[in-house]
Amino acid sequence: MVVFAASSLTAAFEALATGFEQRHPGVDVELHFAGTPQLVLQLREGAPADVFAAADTVHMQKVVAAGRTAAAPATFARNGLAIVVAAGNPKGVASLADLARGDLRVALCGPEVPAGRYARQALAQAGVTVRSLSDEPNVKALLGKVRLGELDAGIVYRTDTRDPGVTGIDLAAAHDVVAEYPIAALTNGPAADLAGAFVGYVCSADGARVLAGFGFRGP
Amino acid sequence: MNPTRRGPADAALLLLVSAVVALFALPLVGLALRAPWGELAARLQSETVREALWLSAWCATAATACSLVLGLPVAVWLAAGAGPVRSAVRVLVTLPMVLPPVVGGIALLVAFGRNGIVGAWLLQWFGIALPFTSAGVVLAATWVAMPFFVLTAEAGLRSFDRRFADAASTLGAGRWRTFRTVTLPLVLPSLRAGLVVAWARALGEFGATITFAGNLAGHTRTMPLAVYVALESEPEAAIVLSLLLVALSAALLFALRDRWWPAR
Repeated sequence: MVVFAASSLTAAFEALATGFEQRHPGVDVELHFAGTPQLVLQLREGAPADVFAAADTVHMQKVVAAGRTAAAPATFARNGLAIVVAAGNPKGVASLADLARGDLRVALCGPEVPAGRYARQALAQAGVTVRSLSDEPNVKALLGKVRLGELDAGIVYRTDTRDPGVTGIDLAAAHDVVAEYPIAALTNGPAADLAGAFVGYVCSADGARVLAGFGFRGP
Repeated sequence: MNPTRRGPADAALLLLVSAVVALFALPLVGLALRAPWGELAARLQSETVREALWLSAWCATAATACSLVLGLPVAVWLAAGAGPVRSAVRVLVTLPMVLPPVVGGIALLVAFGRNGIVGAWLLQWFGIALPFTSAGVVLAATWVAMPFFVLTAEAGLRSFDRRFADAASTLGAGRWRTFRTVTLPLVLPSLRAGLVVAWARALGEFGATITFAGNLAGHTRTMPLAVYVALESEPEAAIVLSLLLVALSAALLFALRDRWWPAR
């Protein structure tokens, strides 16, 4: 079976696929990770997949509208946002307001990427204007540039800052945006009969434990 | 050839050629069929398109100029002899043609980025940081495009018959006059072809650019990056931009047709 998942779910879904394969001997789960908008595009153009896990509900709705879902989507995890800086936070960044500092090189994900849209929402809620040096195509690209020291700070998901090469500063609750991850079984996949079982597993207590291990919150 | 067997063989060849033509033509037909022709003019005049087109055009031109200035001496040197050092340099210069551009972008970051081996020094001594600037776009484009110019120019220079130049100097022409009146006219077609191919490659550059120079409208978002961004939000806009790039590249190749399909 083929599972399409947002790139911020990479590590968690690799673990979930292993867990599902153990429960269903003989089943091989093929994972496909990319930025959510790219996955939506591929699904709308007819890519064969059994399950889709998106980083936001807006993009999941596009797949529902395209008639690719077999059942209504269910929210299976939540994530928060964090400011990501070089390991040890050498520039002393403490809050969103610091991102407006002139001595910091800051970038966000592009506004069409869920992480970029959430980051802009959070900045608007905090009343902070940031000059983004680049609209990065996905969270991993942004994270890589912070790790290389090319950027001083960016806004990513809380779960991304578990990377030992960087330090994360969680957003204050008042400014944080809750990212909801919806999952849905799809039609026309190579193993449509198993799609519902995979969604069920991800949404189960066992699935929630795996996701919690990677820093995701329950729905 | 046996005339009774030529028929089926010709038919088989034609069939194969048709299949390959379809392979290359169908994606373009697909783009044309999905294009929002009614709003084409309006979309092409949008701020996004003009900004990206202008940035792409001047960055590709600057990268081509850099390729000429830096690449011509290399081509001349490569064409002037043989040996293991020249072979090694040629491999090095050719590498960007075969490496995935995103690898090039990462390599450029660790070399010319703020913490890169050269970049840290550039920043400390001159206050220059290339990533996230238009100069970074030019550097990335030069890195991927210059090999096309160097190899084409070298091939042209190699096929140049030195005896013409020798004859000119025997007849009393100085080095500059020999170069200007004999060598240059003979190698010019190769140099021109090399420049056009380098320009086209620079125009289409994506991976190294988004990795090294980032993606900021007006500064580093070239046409290919604009296509990528549009694809995620507005597929119709991406198709319009793609068609524009196809048209530009086709026009360029058409301009070069005399070199690739010599008049009979």
